[in-house]
Amino acid sequence: MVLIKLNGETYNTEKETLLELLSELKIIPERVVVEVNLEIIKRADLAKIKLKEGDSVEIVNFVGGG
Amino acid sequence: MQDDRLIIKGIEFKSRLWVGTGKYKDFEQTAKAVEASGADVVTVAVRRVNITDRKSPNLLDYIDPKKYKILPNTAGCYTVEDALRYARLAREAGVSDMIKLEVIGDEKTLFPDTWGLLKATEILAKEGFIVFPYTNDDPVVAKRLEDAGAAAVMPLGAPIGSGLGIRNPYNIKIILEAAKVPIIVDAGVGTASDATIAMELGCDAVLINTAIAEAKDPISMAKAMKYAVIAGRLAYKAGRIPKKLYASASSPLEGMLI
Repeated sequence: MVLIKLNGETYNTEKETLLELLSELKIIPERVVVEVNLEIIKRADLAKIKLKEGDSVEIVNFVGGG
Repeated sequence: MQDDRLIIKGIEFKSRLWVGTGKYKDFEQTAKAVEASGADVVTVAVRRVNITDRKSPNLLDYIDPKKYKILPNTAGCYTVEDALRYARLAREAGVSDMIKLEVIGDEKTLFPDTWGLLKATEILAKEGFIVFPYTNDDPVVAKRLEDAGAAAVMPLGAPIGSGLGIRNPYNIKIILEAAKVPIIVDAGVGTASDATIAMELGCDAVLINTAIAEAKDPISMAKAMKYAVIAGRLAYKAGRIPKKLYASASSPLEGMLI
């Protein structure tokens, strides 16, 4: 179990990688961009990057805007 | 008027009306208004995914990136660092290298922080972004943005969402005279005639969000804006008559029954 900050909120997960975390959240990787500790993660690397205790993970997408 | 295409950095734009996707009732209405506007550039914002409500729909399910050119913005950013962060996140989404760059300097007016805007424009242009900085109607700043690598400069007609129209057409005219990059009026348009005025001045395009999204009937207003932009562009290319103080009869005096 790792304790991370996910989009600003505390989040507990048993998932190991970012890709598994997205799948747990039912998020399609193609629709989002993931940033860990202010570093942007390429989609191809989502399966490689392991979650560490205290990581700050941001998952963003496009919304309506001007 | 045979060849009146708008091309920026090798990208051809089918419409001179660009539209935003904020403030709509829902994505369905957004999609209908965008369709009615005839625009092929659609601005979007970058925000956190809603983690708790995973059933909430995704904008790109309604605005197909294969059909429209997605222009992400850095709206809400007040520092250079934030604007760079949002721009880089937007590009990583993989649908566009274009960025509508906003570095805001004041909450109440949403006027740009032109110092930060210049700095961010320079950095992002060097990183290969196609940068569209949202700026005020200051001709000197517009020139500086061009020198910093902006693909086009987007001066405001009036504050974002204000609907006050083109408040300083003379400054827009001066910006246009000096510019070597396209000038796109962004913000301030309230109704169709405002869009026409911007185009009649010689602007290359107009970006509209609030005036369409918050109209009583957004779909009809989108259509009105489409024709307003076309009309303004045609009038600009056609060349208007000079303004005169006195009348000049339209009907001949010859042949009158004297």
